[in-house]
Amino acid sequence: MIPPLIINESLAMGINLLAVTDHNASANAWAVMEAAQGTGISVLPGMELQTREEVHLLCLFDTLQQLETWQALVNSALPDIPNNVEFFGEQFVVDSEGEFIRREGRLLLNSANIGLEQAAEQVTALGGLAIPAHIDRKANGLIELLGLIPPGFEALEISRHISPSKAREKFPQIGRTPLVQNGDAHLLDGLLGTTEFELEAPNIAEIRLALKGEGERTMRIR
Amino acid sequence: MNLEEIIQKLNLSVLTIPNNFASIQPEGGYCADLLSCVMAGAKPGTLWVTLQAHINIVAVAALTDCAAIIITEGATPEPDVVAKANNQSVTLLGSKLNSYQVVCQLSDLGIR
Repeated sequence: MIPPLIINESLAMGINLLAVTDHNASANAWAVMEAAQGTGISVLPGMELQTREEVHLLCLFDTLQQLETWQALVNSALPDIPNNVEFFGEQFVVDSEGEFIRREGRLLLNSANIGLEQAAEQVTALGGLAIPAHIDRKANGLIELLGLIPPGFEALEISRHISPSKAREKFPQIGRTPLVQNGDAHLLDGLLGTTEFELEAPNIAEIRLALKGEGERTMRIR
Repeated sequence: MNLEEIIQKLNLSVLTIPNNFASIQPEGGYCADLLSCVMAGAKPGTLWVTLQAHINIVAVAALTDCAAIIITEGATPEPDVVAKANNQSVTLLGSKLNSYQVVCQLSDLGIR
């Protein structure tokens, strides 16, 4: 997706907090952050990690520096297999205008050889927030792959295909863990914007407070 | 055929504290890596063949009362996985072979 179009679409939808979470990759995060400058939209740099268990894990950070450190760890755990564009499509890196910079050479759809809990611990230690992605989905969802939800996650993400109440009813193993809902947008029309946070500032520490419902920070899914 | 003979014939490594394997008679097998599938499909007393080594395999094996888990492709469970398995009396076995090869060998031994 082209960064300025992501920002325009978000503005049109009234979304003011985005996270860029490419699959095992982060090279496009800065371009979207750059494109958002001056628009009032905040962009968190992140990644959707595919763990050893093939679980998708959202890794959200405050800064590109944290994300770069994380990417280096992920790179050392990703098999060094080149992308085959014919089979898997292009892996473009673009600038804030959407202009081509380079192709990512390594195939990004593999699993990184990092366990789920280990990944979450490392992301948290770097100052980030780790949230298992689309836990209700059969493809790469935590519940389908691992049956039970390991304890300790600060939040779990549900897809657009289920409501929070239905998710809690269908998967009682969610327990009291906070839920967020995101679009997992691969195309412009996939943006969702149903999770609302009341924050003092758009950062990980504030989101963490809102997830816990502390310090008058709140969150809800519309 | 009892589990001790199976361990010998398939040259499996025993990753948890050895049990009285000769007294265990597996009643069939189940092969899957999606744990939700295993919870729904594995019957008590089966040998579960998987390359998944995440800690949740212990809970799933205890839940389904599997005879043992055979972890394939040389995947090595972390120490906390082995500790939990010992604690739950779940037997973890290891093989360097892939799941298909292990299933073929089990089938040759009459475990079907």
